[in-house]
Amino acid sequence: MSNDIRIRKGLNINLEGEAEKVVSDAPRVKTFALKPTDFHSITPKMVVKEGEKIKAGDVIFFSKYNEKIKFVAPVSGTISEIRRGAKRRILEVVIDADNQDDYKEFGAKDPGQLSAEEIKEYLLESGCWPFIRQRPYDVIANPEETPKAIFISAYASAPLAADVEFVLQGREEDFQAGIDAVAKLTAGKTHLSVNKKSSSFLNEVKGVELHKVSGPHPSGNVGVQIHHIDPVNAGERVWVINPEDVAVIGKLFRTGQLDTTRIVAVAGSEIEKPQYYRVKIGSGINALVKNDSGNVRIISGDVLTGDKIAGNSFLGYYHNTVTVIPEGNEYRMFGWLPFKDNNIPSMHHTSFSWLFPKKKYKVNTNLNGEERALVVTGEMEKVMPMDVYPMQLLKACMVNNIEKMEHLGIYEVAPEDFALIDYACTSKIEAQDIIRQGLDLMIKEVG
Amino acid sequence: MKFLRNKIDQLKKPFGKGEKWEKFAPAINALDTFLYVPNHTTKKGAHIRDAVDLKRTMITVVLALVPALIYGIYNTGYQYLHQLNGGDVAFMEAFTHGLWKVLPMIVVSYAVGLTIEFIFAVYRGHEVNEGFLVTGLLVPMIMPVDIPLWMIGVSVAFAVLIGKEAFGGTGMNILNPALLARAFAFFAYPTYMSGNKVWVSEATNVDAVSGETILGSLAAGHDVHFSMFDMFSGAIPGSVGETSTLLILVGAAMLIFTGVGSWRIMLGGIIGGSIMGLLFNAWSANDLMSFPWYQHLLVGGFAFGIVFMATDPVSAAQTTKGKWIYGILVGFFCIMIRVFNPAYPEGVMLGILLMNVFAPTIDHYVVEANIKRRKKRLAASKLKTA
Repeated sequence: MSNDIRIRKGLNINLEGEAEKVVSDAPRVKTFALKPTDFHSITPKMVVKEGEKIKAGDVIFFSKYNEKIKFVAPVSGTISEIRRGAKRRILEVVIDADNQDDYKEFGAKDPGQLSAEEIKEYLLESGCWPFIRQRPYDVIANPEETPKAIFISAYASAPLAADVEFVLQGREEDFQAGIDAVAKLTAGKTHLSVNKKSSSFLNEVKGVELHKVSGPHPSGNVGVQIHHIDPVNAGERVWVINPEDVAVIGKLFRTGQLDTTRIVAVAGSEIEKPQYYRVKIGSGINALVKNDSGNVRIISGDVLTGDKIAGNSFLGYYHNTVTVIPEGNEYRMFGWLPFKDNNIPSMHHTSFSWLFPKKKYKVNTNLNGEERALVVTGEMEKVMPMDVYPMQLLKACMVNNIEKMEHLGIYEVAPEDFALIDYACTSKIEAQDIIRQGLDLMIKEVG
Repeated sequence: MKFLRNKIDQLKKPFGKGEKWEKFAPAINALDTFLYVPNHTTKKGAHIRDAVDLKRTMITVVLALVPALIYGIYNTGYQYLHQLNGGDVAFMEAFTHGLWKVLPMIVVSYAVGLTIEFIFAVYRGHEVNEGFLVTGLLVPMIMPVDIPLWMIGVSVAFAVLIGKEAFGGTGMNILNPALLARAFAFFAYPTYMSGNKVWVSEATNVDAVSGETILGSLAAGHDVHFSMFDMFSGAIPGSVGETSTLLILVGAAMLIFTGVGSWRIMLGGIIGGSIMGLLFNAWSANDLMSFPWYQHLLVGGFAFGIVFMATDPVSAAQTTKGKWIYGILVGFFCIMIRVFNPAYPEGVMLGILLMNVFAPTIDHYVVEANIKRRKKRLAASKLKTA
């Protein structure tokens, strides 16, 4: 089929602690938080004060530079604390949840009857707009623009990531309604990509162009799929939405209430019973992860792109995976000897672990070395399934050479596409960070 | 083991942040990381990292050099004793003589190079890079055995200071530092680096010993009295570590299996060298030209250069397509310069250095093709929307 995307370059890292496909209702979480830090390049302007009562769907803050983009409460309750960091930057807006959610009414609508403008207004009003992100730059979409296409990747290929099809089970109608709504936002096509092995309802979704994806991670990254379907050129915009958020949008249209339910995979070798839990966006993590063993890292998101969070912190806005792995703050004697410590996964052939790609590894957060100058060549290309020269692009970003970055394809990449380079690089460079800074520079200089 | 770790931590205390000797931390860290992979954890980006690091990569190259080095030490003694006494030579006797000669060269090379590396690491405030572990071993392996030790020291200092640190340190150099050290010695002290007196141990002092290499004999029109098996196994005069094609191939196999050395460059080099050799065979204007092309690949520093020098990732081409082009051209020029060089019948060093200079140009055009594709796509999409 012409719509198939076959990815050859990349790497699947098999880790211990895959979430079992069982959903439990998590014990009612007491605290939730909206973290402005989850929204890159957004400066929050607060609407609520500490102690205020709010309903699910009430505005908490909006973007200082675009007042239309509103961020709303995922649950009803009381604002208990606005936590600030250095320079009074707002880090977390903590909500003490009520026992039962009290929803703000937005009014059910039929997306088929609405114009693109009306849908946009409705999404902005209900606080669903932050679900829509744009490429290039990997930031929240600008509602004044019209994208050339919309992409939804319903295939998560990252290690231990939540299985999209499992998460969407039973939400078929919500998902279809969500697709009907967002598809109106573009003049072009709406692309939905699914795992080639999938046989779920996603293959029958209407109003989209379906793509079947196969191959190792990062084949599930929406950026990789865009590159192979309809790449972003200079000056163009495409929008991307996480599949679960499409279902949230769909439910909003059908019921008029913002139900921010997330089915979250709690996985990793340090979790006793890895499985799925039904929670809401911004849920406190301590209900999901019992953090008594101490020396572990709790990650909101997957091990390659997630954020390190504390045991009393909250699930990230865009995340539906929580991964817990051991910290690696220990010394390894003569660990640099070739073919020593083969229990650490490695794609390089200086360790025997590349011979056992099916084995599931228990991996910790040790850097396994120190940062060095870039010496080895050709390794980044092995995990970059795009027609982009990753090392040359990284070097252009390091020296802030805007023209070169544009020529080498900065508009086509997002930090997550460089996550495997973080992992694989012999010199331990922070590729995702470098790309993020490069993108920020482009936002400032080109817009 | 805990005891050792605690002792080291105690020793490192005065080098910590805000302590008295903080500035010298890179020096002590370099020693510590040789015992232990540090306890650093990921701070940003991906939370898990591959087991590989630069130390592991570089040590792999050093290990790949060891077979050729051991044979080189043996051959140093063998060439001398065989020519002096004739007949068979006991392995240990030859090895001892060789070790006596080669070990000081290695010690001087490492001592000078690492001292400079440590000073620059402290001065620039970054960790000591492992690249010199390889360079420091390569240098004695590509020098004639009788070169005075101080010349090795000066050459290494030149290569590290001018060839590497002046460009910003490891990863930034244009030329392969080990070859640069050899090129420096070659042009600064030509009498110690060429001619038919330097390639066998003690050849300058003992009249009975002739130090003529095969290529030297060919250029001078003398008969070559070495068999093809000698050329392949390495029982011929030459620089310390480069004579045994067999054991260099063992090293090459290690580099290719571990993925540390680029097989594309190696294969490209052999293809390029063969083509040039065949062209010269067809021409056959002199002894060097009519020397069979496959023997061209066995003698001189060709095998060593292609396997260990041309594949240096920093000074070679960095793109996949570029590696093919670079490898083929390296092989091509090595044999061409070897045959045409009027002063000195060998061209591997100059051939590789020449291509080191052109590697960025090759990459430029390969990357440019990618940029052109992108621009074309942009133009096409503009046309569609217009």
